Amino acid sequence: MRELIDMILLIPPSLNLAVPTDIFSPKGTPAHLIFGLSIFVLAITAAIFLATAGLLLYVLVRFRHRATDPDREPAQIYGSNQIELAWTVIPILIVLILFLTAARVIFNTQEAAKPADALDVVVIGHQFWWEFRYPKLGIVTANELHVPVSDPSHPTPTYLQMSSADTDHSFWVPRLAGKTDVIPNRVNVMWIDPEAPGIYLGQCAQYCGTQHAKMLLRVYGQSPHDFDAWVAQQQRPAAQDPSVAEGQAAFLRTACVNCHTIRGTVAIGRFGPDLTHMASRDTIASGAIRNTPGNLKQWIDDPDRMKQGCLMPSMHLDDRDLTAITAYLVTLY
Amino acid sequence: MADSIPLTGIEDLTAASKPRPLTLEILHAWVTTVDHKKIGLLYIGYALAFLVIAGLEAVIIRVQLAVPLNGVVSPQVFNRLFTMHGTTMVFFVGMPILFGFGNYLIPLMLGARDMAFPRLNAFSFWISAFGGLLLYFSFLGGDGLYGAGTAPDVGWFAYAPLTAKVFSPGHSTDYWTLGILLSGVGTIGTALNIVTTTICMRCPGMTLNRMPLLVWLYLVTCFLVFVAVGPLTAAQIMLLIDRYLGAHFFDTQAGGSAVLWMHFFWIFGHPEVYILVLPAFGFANEIIPVFSRKAIFGYPAMVAATVAIGFISLGVWAHHMFTVGLGPGANAFFTLSTMVIAVPTGIKIFNWIATLWGGKIRFTVAMLFCVAFLFQFLIAGLTGIMLSASPFDWQLSGSYFVVAHFHYVLVGAILFTIFAAFYYWFPKMSGRLLNETLGKWHFWLFLIGFHLTFDFMHIPGVLGMPRRIYTYEFDRGWAVWNLIVSSGVVFQVLAIGCFVFNLVRSYSRGDPAGPDPWDAWTLEWSTASPPPVYNFAALPTVGSRRPLWDLKHPEDPDSNYE
Repeated sequence: MRELIDMILLIPPSLNLAVPTDIFSPKGTPAHLIFGLSIFVLAITAAIFLATAGLLLYVLVRFRHRATDPDREPAQIYGSNQIELAWTVIPILIVLILFLTAARVIFNTQEAAKPADALDVVVIGHQFWWEFRYPKLGIVTANELHVPVSDPSHPTPTYLQMSSADTDHSFWVPRLAGKTDVIPNRVNVMWIDPEAPGIYLGQCAQYCGTQHAKMLLRVYGQSPHDFDAWVAQQQRPAAQDPSVAEGQAAFLRTACVNCHTIRGTVAIGRFGPDLTHMASRDTIASGAIRNTPGNLKQWIDDPDRMKQGCLMPSMHLDDRDLTAITAYLVTLY
Repeated sequence: MADSIPLTGIEDLTAASKPRPLTLEILHAWVTTVDHKKIGLLYIGYALAFLVIAGLEAVIIRVQLAVPLNGVVSPQVFNRLFTMHGTTMVFFVGMPILFGFGNYLIPLMLGARDMAFPRLNAFSFWISAFGGLLLYFSFLGGDGLYGAGTAPDVGWFAYAPLTAKVFSPGHSTDYWTLGILLSGVGTIGTALNIVTTTICMRCPGMTLNRMPLLVWLYLVTCFLVFVAVGPLTAAQIMLLIDRYLGAHFFDTQAGGSAVLWMHFFWIFGHPEVYILVLPAFGFANEIIPVFSRKAIFGYPAMVAATVAIGFISLGVWAHHMFTVGLGPGANAFFTLSTMVIAVPTGIKIFNWIATLWGGKIRFTVAMLFCVAFLFQFLIAGLTGIMLSASPFDWQLSGSYFVVAHFHYVLVGAILFTIFAAFYYWFPKMSGRLLNETLGKWHFWLFLIGFHLTFDFMHIPGVLGMPRRIYTYEFDRGWAVWNLIVSSGVVFQVLAIGCFVFNLVRSYSRGDPAGPDPWDAWTLEWSTASPPPVYNFAALPTVGSRRPLWDLKHPEDPDSNYE
């Protein structure tokens, strides 16, 4: 589809940047179902457009006022019931066909039977980050959702039970599925089944406050082997490296513990992301910043400078504590 | 029948030589007026001022989004800008400008001397105007004692619980609520007035079946106002009770429902689209026949389609909520009801084309805007069909595709016909023609700008760009499209400059229009331009849908065919 758009608009291939969130390059069953319907609807609407716009254009040219026209009014025609009936009935038939096609996709997606091997993940939207909890696996992580690739002969889709801790959000990873709103005081369910390993990008699609723009979302589709390895790694307790004991002590005595959890320590806050394995994540600040020690240090120093309006406050740490805490967090692999 | 059409009133019987009034006297006359024409002009002037303000907000939004990771405005300011842009355009530009034209034209078209309730009319205008001022006063008074933000930043549909006290401290949301509440009171007052005028004030011979289509469209619009504005007002009051008296209608942290607000808002919000677009259809219904030199094709079908759109539009609101998780049954129902609206809308487009068929089409500026409207409304309708197929909407909803779609309706259809209405009725209102050359500059610049901006805006939506984000990453491939979209703004600003200059210049120096510059057929063209205070010296009597046609063609009057 992207190629088609480029072709129509004469965009040279050199400009063709890969778009990681193109709804027309589906990589999962729900996205494929929608894609099929989209092409059907696009074809019908394009045909209607060509017919109607073509007729309109013809009429405008054919019946334009010419200087040579005789100077009297054209014949007055007031209407015709037969014609009115025709252009009422034909659109009704088109609407009926479109509706039935759409209804099939609605039920195939939202009423699909859940396979026994489906993975359950609880998704909780926060201002402005995502919490992912795997209740049967005992894993809690943030912003980067790891799911197994689904093989059609043995489907292992991931079912997302979604709710919000504060305002409305919407979970949207265009290449895997359409979006579903994440609403407080309500549980919505959707499913994804990436067909190939890879990182699928998305972001919050319902305005949720100041930093709605940087509430990004990454889904890691992994082969069963890689996924099992990731699960095993995430299930381990938090790393205990004596060389960063100073950083750990500094972390545990500041207010960090009110919002963050590091399993096995006194840090049991739930307002911010779980940090037990935070060093294993590629990004911080909900996908907005790469997770490098330098970025991490700047982030802890003053989150507002990197993501203005985010809810994590600056702790006004001195440089020694800042360095020590950063060193500690980097070991939480 | 033709002999029963004594159309008089062009001669002004009041004394010609009056001393020139003082500025203060003129001001006093405008503030205290209950004349439907002056109130109409007040509405229009007020809406134009807000059009410029909200347009400038859009310019800043597009500058910020022109390139990725731009920092022209902060996220907080950006969120206020799109909230104010949307709220202003819908409540303080769209509705007042359409009510302004309605106020001005409906009594003239019906052969009446004023609206049914002139003082209610003045009250409605001033209360709506006060609502707009209150909204903008939030820039000064919004942060209250808390040091929280100034103008509202909750988006124009202000989803709960973002509007709750805990997420929106200070008073900015209250200014939003009260501004809309007051404008709603004014809207209902004017709707009441238009319905009563239409039912009770028609001149002799003007049966419902002979009313100009514009009046029919306003009539249906006003019934929609009655049904739609009530839920919005109720929701605003509930929100105020939530915020100040500790109720929990929408307070999810205490068991309230965010989805309840969505239902309330969209039960208003979708009919609102038709409240805005039906009067725009009305303009097209008057202008297209006159410049095709033919009667409208299928008048009864047009009326029936309008009434059908009115009814169906009340049952489609949840197509704004396909991603909320209402379940497959509800999604299927609202898919069907939304698609069905395409049928009466299609009837309208086909009837317009049939009106053009066999005519002698004169491409005045007013007609050019109507022709562009036909193409653009067709496209807007077709993208609407894409969005109505709910699975497709799961991808497109909340993306820039939706933003492009509704701007195609609001700008491509509604604003274009409003411009057409200016070029068509300005001579009646001022007695002078708008300059056609400047008008063509206005038209072509705006057309280019519109298509650069809103055609290309569909693409980032398809590529996964959500709306209401103040910036975006480099790696998403949205940058090229956003730059093109933003570049269209330059043309639009130039076009609006031409338009405003044209209005100002033609008001004092335009060519005199005379009572009937377009050789038109409805009653407003039978009286002087601008019409005297009493509109018609003697109330006209009509015998068909086109009384002036009957007068001009006594050998072949319309009344022979009714």
